[in-house]
Amino acid sequence: MPEILPAEASLGPFWTLPRLRRWFRKVFSHLGGLGLLAGSLVREGRKRWEGGEILRQMDALGVQSIAVANLTCLFTGMVLALQTAYALEQFGGKLVIGRAVILSLTRELGPVLTALMLAARCGAGITAELGTMAVTEQVDALRALGTSPIRKLVLPRVVALTVMLPVLTLIAIFHGMLGGLIIAAFEIKIGAGFYLSTTLQALSVNDLMHGLCKTPVFGLEIALIGCYNGLGATGGADGVGRATTIAVVAASITILITDFFLTKLFIALPIG
Amino acid sequence: MSDPVIELRGVSKAFGDNVVLDSVDLSVRRGEVMVILGGSGSGKSVSLRHMNGLTHPDSGEVFVDGLEISRLAEEELVPVRKKVGMLFQMGALFDSMTVFENVAFALWEHTKMTDADVAARVAEVLGFVNLGPDVLPLLPSSLSGGMKKRVSLARTIALKPDVLLYDEPTTGLDPVTAMTINRLIVDLNTRLATTSVVVTHDIASALFVADRIAFLERGRFTFVGSPDEARRSDIAALRAFLAAEETGTRETTAP
Repeated sequence: MPEILPAEASLGPFWTLPRLRRWFRKVFSHLGGLGLLAGSLVREGRKRWEGGEILRQMDALGVQSIAVANLTCLFTGMVLALQTAYALEQFGGKLVIGRAVILSLTRELGPVLTALMLAARCGAGITAELGTMAVTEQVDALRALGTSPIRKLVLPRVVALTVMLPVLTLIAIFHGMLGGLIIAAFEIKIGAGFYLSTTLQALSVNDLMHGLCKTPVFGLEIALIGCYNGLGATGGADGVGRATTIAVVAASITILITDFFLTKLFIALPIG
Repeated sequence: MSDPVIELRGVSKAFGDNVVLDSVDLSVRRGEVMVILGGSGSGKSVSLRHMNGLTHPDSGEVFVDGLEISRLAEEELVPVRKKVGMLFQMGALFDSMTVFENVAFALWEHTKMTDADVAARVAEVLGFVNLGPDVLPLLPSSLSGGMKKRVSLARTIALKPDVLLYDEPTTGLDPVTAMTINRLIVDLNTRLATTSVVVTHDIASALFVADRIAFLERGRFTFVGSPDEARRSDIAALRAFLAAEETGTRETTAP
């Protein structure tokens, strides 16, 4: 790292041309690498799938993340209820809490927050695991034994996260709704029955589909970015650390950017 | 005896501006133990990684049993890699798997052997490297450096490769364990009728196992010949290498 610093410093502040050029080159080489990985993933995917390994990853990346996703959405639901009641007090905000919480959770916050939490938990985990394998030559050993690291390592993780993220999101949204319920019943005191009935009135298949249809894309992005950075890690612990940081940041930003475009797309289409 | 199993022809490889191999030629004969000797960072390991297609040359050709492999895709390299096994410097055992799963890995991947046959073969190859059934359930993290290398060697020979590539097999081992590994290399080469290519900077190991030595210096093979010829060679860098072993005491190296 120290030997990189002087060169970086000599390029001047972030907005100068050489720096920007370098930044863009990095981003585009990252995107290109991801594209190549996705391509070889499709090629490998047409051959043999590792059923057992996919199940193992569904457990490690999906089932083991349930608590994190649920806690996140539980408290988000509680905060949403509080803020709605406060912000809309003059307009009878207390009566629309159920509606506001469930709409925000299904369409936006449930999918995005779950994805961001998994980007942190699983994205980092995948990159660190594959990165360590790469720098200790285990990935090369797989190749040397005539096996494809894409089929053995990447495919199971990508499939597992793409399948599990919608499931996790659905469970997390339910917990967010519960969070709202707790606040509505005990803090704002509008009654659990009233909260639930307004929630059920507001809940539509369209909104749920709008939110849930985004999540496989997020899952794919997290796994792909995690694997790409892990497999490309070089130079020991330092390299694995750097790859992990980049993976989490890249996955989080990618989720937020694609969320915007997917929302636009889904609004244009009949899905919500 | 003398037909080449592995041949590098005019192989060049650079990483960025750093030229590691500069149009090198090398031919490894069937049945011999060829040692690639050189200083740290001289490109020894890179030249070895060309022999099973882990690294592709910038220019030049690599032949394995007469087949040119330098332009092959990963899928096309699978039959080559079944034939050319590689032992990695740190063993590169899969650390999420037990010793048994590590050694059985290639058998599960590439053969239709029954579970009983796999277990028998795993026990057999572990026997080749002098390990008993007690190590089977252990995870790599609980093995010593020398044992890791031996398990890794067992994993490599499980598929009965024709050629064995060793990347620094004795690095990081105590002298006694290193000698055990050296004996194994020679022993396996005759017992399994394989050809071996050993990359090392350990001169004692090189002189013990080698039928022929290739000396890599600044991206080129400046010497290829028997250990005796190496001792008589007048190439300065090679002489310095050999002398470092014999006279490397405090008195002679003091300025």
